Amino acid sequence: MFVSNIEEIPGKTITTCYGIVSGSTVRAKHVGRDIFASIKNIFGGELKGYTELLGESRDEALDRMKAQAQQLGANAIVNVRFSTSSIAAGAAEIYVYGTAVTVE
Amino acid sequence: MDSLIIFLVLLALGFVFGKLAESRHYRSIQTREEMLVRLPTTSCKKPMERNIPIRHAELVHGHVVISVDYFKQILAGLRNLFGGTIQAYETLLDRARREAVLRLKESCPTANEILNLRIETSSISKGGSGDRVGSVEVLAYGTAIYYQQASSQHPSP
Repeated sequence: MFVSNIEEIPGKTITTCYGIVSGSTVRAKHVGRDIFASIKNIFGGELKGYTELLGESRDEALDRMKAQAQQLGANAIVNVRFSTSSIAAGAAEIYVYGTAVTVE
Repeated sequence: MDSLIIFLVLLALGFVFGKLAESRHYRSIQTREEMLVRLPTTSCKKPMERNIPIRHAELVHGHVVISVDYFKQILAGLRNLFGGTIQAYETLLDRARREAVLRLKESCPTANEILNLRIETSSISKGGSGDRVGSVEVLAYGTAIYYQQASSQHPSP
């Protein structure tokens, strides 16, 4: 599966377009991580727990989008965009969307 | 009285450790940026070398969550009363963005160029006590391309 965030896959030509595909996840970390993060908030620096959390959920959202594209029979997704929104403290929604196409 | 002592201790801890963490982070950012300077990153959609055929293209991303320390939070709160630039948050966002781009580059060290780099910022730890910016998440994503011949050094025209 080719994925890119520009309107084409460089070096290939688009033959068929299937329309929008998307994937999303909402995730939260357990309380221990939240407490650790609030302690870390005193000292400043990277919050590794939240970095991991968002990395995992972004990978899952990407996988869901790819699965949807595969179902349509596409072999590439172009013009992919990410968006993140926080719905509660410590929980985040990751949304990924793009256009499923066939390339040669 | 007790709460005042706790407040002052937290302030001192935030000041010392926050300063330390920030200068250490800036040092590491600088050395890594020098190492990765040969990988051009643009926000254009077309590669710089139009004639060289492209072998492979893929989506790459890098992200980081960084929080501000307690001292700077208080400082920013005071700033909010008078208005003006909040330098404490400016350096926080600068660090986060540069770190995210570095992680993106580190995930594809053999690429020749990264196209259409986009940077997105969101604050994730809202809620709790008020809606202060405790921490920010920065996501950088783009399309890495690999030219046909495997020269990863500057492809001269």
